[in-house]
Amino acid sequence: MRLPRKLLAIGLGTAVLVALNQVFEHGFGNFQINPYYARIINLIGINVTLAVSLNLINGLAGQFSIGHAGFMAVGGYTATYFTVYHGQALAALAGSTLNDAVGGSLAMVVSLTLGASAAALAGLVVGIPSLRLRGDYLAIVTLGFSEIIRVLILNIPAVGGATGFTDAIPITNFFWIFAMAMVTIVVVRNIATSTFGHALATIRGDEIAAEAMGINTTRHKVLAFVISAALAGVAGGLSGQLFANPLNPQNLNFVKSIEVIVMIVLGGIGSITGATVGATILTVLPEALRSFDRQFPGLRMVVYALLLILMMIFRPQGLLGRWELTWSWLGSRLWRRPAAGPAGTAGLDR
Amino acid sequence: MNGAADSSLLQIRAVTKRFGGITAVKTLTMDVTRGALYGLIGPNGAGKTTVFNLLTGVYDTTEGEIRFDGARIDGKKPYEITRLGIARTFQNIRLFPDLTVLENVMAARHLRTRQTLADAILGTARHHREEDETRDRSLKLLKLFDLDRVADERSTSLPYGSQRRLEIARALATDPKLLLLDEPAAGMNPQEAFDLMHLIRRLRDEFALTILLVEHNMKVVMGICETVQVIDYGEAIALGTPAEIQRNPRVIEAYLGGA
Repeated sequence: MRLPRKLLAIGLGTAVLVALNQVFEHGFGNFQINPYYARIINLIGINVTLAVSLNLINGLAGQFSIGHAGFMAVGGYTATYFTVYHGQALAALAGSTLNDAVGGSLAMVVSLTLGASAAALAGLVVGIPSLRLRGDYLAIVTLGFSEIIRVLILNIPAVGGATGFTDAIPITNFFWIFAMAMVTIVVVRNIATSTFGHALATIRGDEIAAEAMGINTTRHKVLAFVISAALAGVAGGLSGQLFANPLNPQNLNFVKSIEVIVMIVLGGIGSITGATVGATILTVLPEALRSFDRQFPGLRMVVYALLLILMMIFRPQGLLGRWELTWSWLGSRLWRRPAAGPAGTAGLDR
Repeated sequence: MNGAADSSLLQIRAVTKRFGGITAVKTLTMDVTRGALYGLIGPNGAGKTTVFNLLTGVYDTTEGEIRFDGARIDGKKPYEITRLGIARTFQNIRLFPDLTVLENVMAARHLRTRQTLADAILGTARHHREEDETRDRSLKLLKLFDLDRVADERSTSLPYGSQRRLEIARALATDPKLLLLDEPAAGMNPQEAFDLMHLIRRLRDEFALTILLVEHNMKVVMGICETVQVIDYGEAIALGTPAEIQRNPRVIEAYLGGA
């Protein structure tokens, strides 16, 4: 019963994304999408992946990580390195035996998988020692880790060093960006609504009581952290292989990590919907404010900062708080049925 | 050794716990038999909660050993001990604030689920079956505690007495053999305390539990406990039935102070 419906959803989603991707790349009739807007939309997708994945560890598990840019760098450089040095060969090999589209997709999947694995491994190495402890150790360690990664990359000529990975081949497109954003949302949502998600909430709420309820808090925190890192690695892989968007150590410093934190705090920490909304707003806002720069260069960032400050004063819990957009909520709105379920189902997205 | 292990579920053997220069528990030896309603009392600062924290692995023992159901548990981690079958409530209520009443109980069933994280992420049949089972069992438990009508409310919005009952329900959700109650009647009025006594007795019978209870409310302790252990300054000073304890001169001295 459940499996066909799931397959149907995956098939339908893929078809929609493929169709939109066609419009993005080749236009539709006379309509051609403005490349500037296309770029912003693509960046929204990548930032949604980053924000929702960070929300898993910062929002759901309540462990403060400020090194998301580091995992993005590990995954991004690994994925891009593979594409540059081996991806073409793989695509050509698969392309000659099957067809070019399959070859290209295979190369992308392998590239992103390697990026995710490398970031997950880094997450494991960072997470195991620092998540055994309670408190703010994770923040310190992740901050240090991301700086170490940045300095390391600066000194590796094969990936461009300080000039950035400009040899990258732009194989990222609309389809992959939004397919991965959807995967990230579904993965984090499924974790959040399961008893595993409840276990993370117990850790966030009261770690001593969580242990007393038989929850291996270290294991749960590390698992959540590793998945979060892997998804950040995917976002890095997508970002580094986007047209005219080479990875650069300067852009992957702690300011980038803070930017992702601001996204989830703005949207409402702990809420997946909030992280998505926050990522969208913080990608669009700096662009939308560009007109300010025409009168006063630099005014844009002042307005941007001011808006964030006002937001935190008047709505410290973020735009959505912990609220989630769920199918049952959508259903109750669309068909105007009262959202009354049997006890225990309300508020849980099934 | 085997003979003792059969009838006694929990054995504390000469356990000492020191915090720097302070000895909170001193060569304490206790036996809790299966199915007992066992009270642990003592004046403020006597070390009762320390004993609970030693039993649940929050603290490591300095000396001595603790056996539960025949196996050593001192040195084990709190979550491992809970898995072996010891559940507890807290003196200062520790519910999970972000979760509803039902989710608090469901979270405590998490340790008995067999699904992996991959099952949850992929939404497999096993995941859905176990989530349904967990929800059903948790709702049944809530019903027993008369909390099913508030299942979807935030746990911290409940009145105090209900929060105490929810903590017990949550502890029971872990399928314990031994239930440790840390001052369950604290802050309750006489009627609530009376109802609680009945509830505790009923739980022991219905769930085939062994209950170890720390309590300041002497009416509750004397009313339901079959055996009472008194400690003072971390040392055992008396053991017996409630009636014997009430007549014991050392106990009276500990509580009222020596003349």
